[in-house]
Amino acid sequence: MAEMDTSSGGGHKKGPGVKKGKKLSTRVDLTPMVDLGFLLLTFFVFTTTMSQSTAMNMNEPKDDPNQQMKVKNSGAMTILLGKGNQVYYYYGQLMPETISQDFKSTTFKGIRELILEKKKSTPIDDLMYIIKSDDKSTFKNAIDILDEMTISAVPPGHYAEVAMVDVEKMLIQKTEEANGIK
Amino acid sequence: MPKVKLPRKSTTVDMTAMCDVAFLLLTFFILATKQKPPEVLSVKTPTSVSSKAAPDKSILITLTKEGKVFLMLGDETRKDAIIEDFNTTRGLQLTPAELAKLKKTEYIGLPVNQLKSALNATQEIPATAMAGIPTDSTNNELAFWMRSVTNAYKGEDQRKLQEMILVKGDGEALYPIFKNVKEALKANEIFKFRIVTEGEQVPMGSELYKTGKDEKH
Repeated sequence: MAEMDTSSGGGHKKGPGVKKGKKLSTRVDLTPMVDLGFLLLTFFVFTTTMSQSTAMNMNEPKDDPNQQMKVKNSGAMTILLGKGNQVYYYYGQLMPETISQDFKSTTFKGIRELILEKKKSTPIDDLMYIIKSDDKSTFKNAIDILDEMTISAVPPGHYAEVAMVDVEKMLIQKTEEANGIK
Repeated sequence: MPKVKLPRKSTTVDMTAMCDVAFLLLTFFILATKQKPPEVLSVKTPTSVSSKAAPDKSILITLTKEGKVFLMLGDETRKDAIIEDFNTTRGLQLTPAELAKLKKTEYIGLPVNQLKSALNATQEIPATAMAGIPTDSTNNELAFWMRSVTNAYKGEDQRKLQEMILVKGDGEALYPIFKNVKEALKANEIFKFRIVTEGEQVPMGSELYKTGKDEKH
């Protein structure tokens, strides 16, 4: 590729015979220049912001003790977030008799179908997802579950974040012990 | 022996055009994209399917993995007013020199009792060594900072303020800290704010994906 033609005349030109000794060619090889160009290009592509951070909207309800929202048992689904990315859920209210069957656990992948199922089988006016987070769950868990609400197109106003009650905390603890989750 | 030499074609490729293209692309990338500012606090945000871009100028509340809370007042027009308001309402009695120094800091991440001594210290405390703004229910200083923020924006379109309040949390930060931050915002009647997340593709086949497709057609 590189061509430093030091021969007389340089390339195709046919000079009138060799008079002056060495006539250096004016051809410059541009390969390293191109290499440099692409190197700098790659550098800038990777260090500048191509993926912009997005912002997710959060709507917090006003904590008005007078305006306790009434939720129908048939339309309610409670989703609880525990440590270690565990998700627990139950429908309606926890009855002491059937507590062991009702309290189920799943993962984030599974919860999407369950949310969708519930949404399809309930009239929209009764639909309410109650989200409760354990103190050991992470910020990511909370955001992911809110994201799941958006992915399943649950309209805002049909899900709410509430504090956990002792019964639920105890249930989570028992389930964790039973499953050996640290 | 044949006297006619075989006509030889040149095997060299002229690289000029290639070089031009490379430098054109380079110029495009330099001018069109922005440099990522070196982040003092490394926070790995969770992902979300939201497609709204995060605003450049914002009142940013950062939650680190260890559960520390930092505040960055990105709006230069109000920064001075907010800090001065905080000084008067909390009775910090900072001298003008200390106030000026505080106004220049990027991150506010110290409890009130450490603030004065830190501003007088000769060496700047790096953000990673700061204790963070306390947010526990007994002493939610973040609520007081946000009170100063809302005071600075009083009488203006509140939606502008809502769009500027951003919470950027590390995915591994524990939930109670986030709850305390929410409490601090609620105490100041801020019910709508935004969370900085990384973009994520809308999962195929989901409801949101279907509505997105319908909108396009």
